[in-house]
Amino acid sequence: MKLTGAQALIKSLELENTEVMFGLPGGAILPVYDPLIDSSIRHILVRHEQGAGHMAEGYAHATGRPGVAMVTSGPGATNIVTPLCDAYMDSIPLVVVTGQVPYSVIGTDAFQECDTVGITMPVTKHNWLITDAQDIPRVVREAFHVATSGRPGPVLIDIPKDIAMQEMNWYWPEAVDLPGYKPTTEGHPKQIKDAARLMGEAKRPIIYAGGGILKARAAEALRELAEMTGIPVVTTLMARGAFPDDHDLCLGMPGMHGNYTAVTAMQESDLLIALGSRFDDRVTGKIDGFAPEAKIIHVDIDPAEIGKVRRPDVPIVGDCRLVIEEMIKAVRSDQDKNGNGKKAGSRWPTLDPWRAHLREYQERYPLVYEQFDDGPLKPQFCIDQLNALTPDDTIVASGVGQHQMWASQRWTFNHPYTWVNSGGLGTMGFAVPAAIGAKVGKPERMVWAVDGDGCFQMTAQELVTAASERIPVKIAILNNAYLGMVRQWQEMFYEERYSEVYLSPDLPDYVMWAEAMGCVGFRVDSPEDVGPTIEKANEVDDRPVVIDFRTDYREKVYPMVAVGTANSEVIVDPDTERLGGKS
Amino acid sequence: MNSTLEPKYHILAVLVENKFGVLTRVSGLFARRGFNIVSLAVSPTEDENYSRMTIVVDAESAPLEQVTKQLNKLIPVIKIQELSSDQAVERELMLVTVKSSAEARSQITELAAIFEARIEYVGYDAITILAAGRPEKLDAMSDLLTPFGIVELQRTGRIALPKLGRRPARLRAVKDQNR
Repeated sequence: MKLTGAQALIKSLELENTEVMFGLPGGAILPVYDPLIDSSIRHILVRHEQGAGHMAEGYAHATGRPGVAMVTSGPGATNIVTPLCDAYMDSIPLVVVTGQVPYSVIGTDAFQECDTVGITMPVTKHNWLITDAQDIPRVVREAFHVATSGRPGPVLIDIPKDIAMQEMNWYWPEAVDLPGYKPTTEGHPKQIKDAARLMGEAKRPIIYAGGGILKARAAEALRELAEMTGIPVVTTLMARGAFPDDHDLCLGMPGMHGNYTAVTAMQESDLLIALGSRFDDRVTGKIDGFAPEAKIIHVDIDPAEIGKVRRPDVPIVGDCRLVIEEMIKAVRSDQDKNGNGKKAGSRWPTLDPWRAHLREYQERYPLVYEQFDDGPLKPQFCIDQLNALTPDDTIVASGVGQHQMWASQRWTFNHPYTWVNSGGLGTMGFAVPAAIGAKVGKPERMVWAVDGDGCFQMTAQELVTAASERIPVKIAILNNAYLGMVRQWQEMFYEERYSEVYLSPDLPDYVMWAEAMGCVGFRVDSPEDVGPTIEKANEVDDRPVVIDFRTDYREKVYPMVAVGTANSEVIVDPDTERLGGKS
Repeated sequence: MNSTLEPKYHILAVLVENKFGVLTRVSGLFARRGFNIVSLAVSPTEDENYSRMTIVVDAESAPLEQVTKQLNKLIPVIKIQELSSDQAVERELMLVTVKSSAEARSQITELAAIFEARIEYVGYDAITILAAGRPEKLDAMSDLLTPFGIVELQRTGRIALPKLGRRPARLRAVKDQNR
């Protein structure tokens, strides 16, 4: 069967079970958009290519399947570099197709030419420039395989216009043959046994769960391991929801803005079981002072993460789910042999004193804020109300900054894949398009974006996409009229010298803007309107909703570990004791 | 310039797919991870599908373990071997042009003979010499030529192959690393 390169590309995407793609056409990708008309793939026309990339990310976050985006050459390609980098940092599987100028004119500075493969090399797991239409099915198969296996990540296929128009003989490769790519998925049995032995000896162990738990679909296995050992769990920013927040053993988020107990539990632990986490600087604080007494078990599918920051005592390369399942067996057999801490004389010590110690911290250092009835509106109060008034399995997307930290700290994530955010790259403007992508992937679920006013202004135009495609996402802007996190740093570390952080609460008028984009817009100034307005927003299911919450700009994110200090120097809210922390 | 092969260098023999862009992927990785390349030599192997890169890495710029692990993540990278001097045959080629008056010419050719180098070009006031050998030998030779006045010098960088007949040299990255 003869097909054009473009037809072969679309057919290959269909065979890879692509149900939806996000994109925006242009000159060089025109031939590929033509067969899309006859395809089963739903295409969502974005207003800016960055939106396409973040939507594909949101879709991948929520569904676990690769997000697919397609854009044209030159500026189309450069506009999607930010999402590629974001996905690379957070290990999100993406397949991005970019148009390219005809192969015959590559290198001549043709109109809308740029070296897409060169530009995206550092921010993709791999990328391909197609030089022969006959290669298309093979490359598409390889691309999906690379994006979704091992440590997931973004890949890019660059297709020159003349190659897309070239004829090829259709085939579909049965298998992928990449001799240089063989991810290790199964952990070494001896290492797993060693890990179980260490767990059985530790008196102050902590499970340090990272985003790898979610990538590996390992949430259930993690829960079983935690419950059978009684080891408390911290969930990093990338792992919120990987272990239910309402579980007795859950300590919540560690790190720079983690809660006191999670931060300190890691700090005081004698064994850290790092599962799919990478000792990010935002988690460890000053590395020399991080968890000084802890032995480390480090499980990661990427061998390069092991020993990159902190040398583990037991390194295990493998898929988190497979490794944890083997760990569970190893723990069980060790406990059968040596008792499980309940019997006197068993090797597994009881962790009751450790958990009681941590419970004291939880009581003494809760997250606090104070909402007065007559305002000003506190951002934490808005998030608590949202959390209370939405279904338990609501998907929450966020941008980057104070609102992100408050959302991550305060939301009760009881289900995996309900938290969609930009962790590693910290991409402002992520929330709106990511929420749209998540809603496309999970239309039956309620999707809220918690956004900041600064973030919202970066990608808000994608609400036009959502309105025209009838994707009813809901956006809560915590509008404090500032680039809040930067303001917080200037207040704390730059002697309150505020440099270029004021944005104005009224410019733009968010309600008018929302309505101009085909959304419903609400404004909330006072605490008593928060709940009723959220309930009104929850009722809207035929278009997006935006709520402009006018929040107190003075509110800061606590606790905080200042840059360059150790986690033992965590600063809690100065009002902690007054507001309910029991000493 | 009298450096012998000290442990501050690591020699990596990297087998890669022979495709365009692979060199960029490898050198780009080194640049963005802050690993320094001392020398780099690339050429196709006996199998035209593969190329072999001999990369000499500055061991002080990054732990070797990270270098090899990150390299291994590149999809066109098939295999990486760390080669130590006693496990490998390593050679390098050098072209050097030396100022040479008529009086100095015989001294220079004598020196070249000692190092089993070849005179490739003789001009009125300069000589171009080709030398091959272990890097230390080339270091010694260029040191001895320096007093005559080196006009230009180009070295290829090391190429290396593991010695056959011994047990295969394997990656010793993990054991070597003390942090």
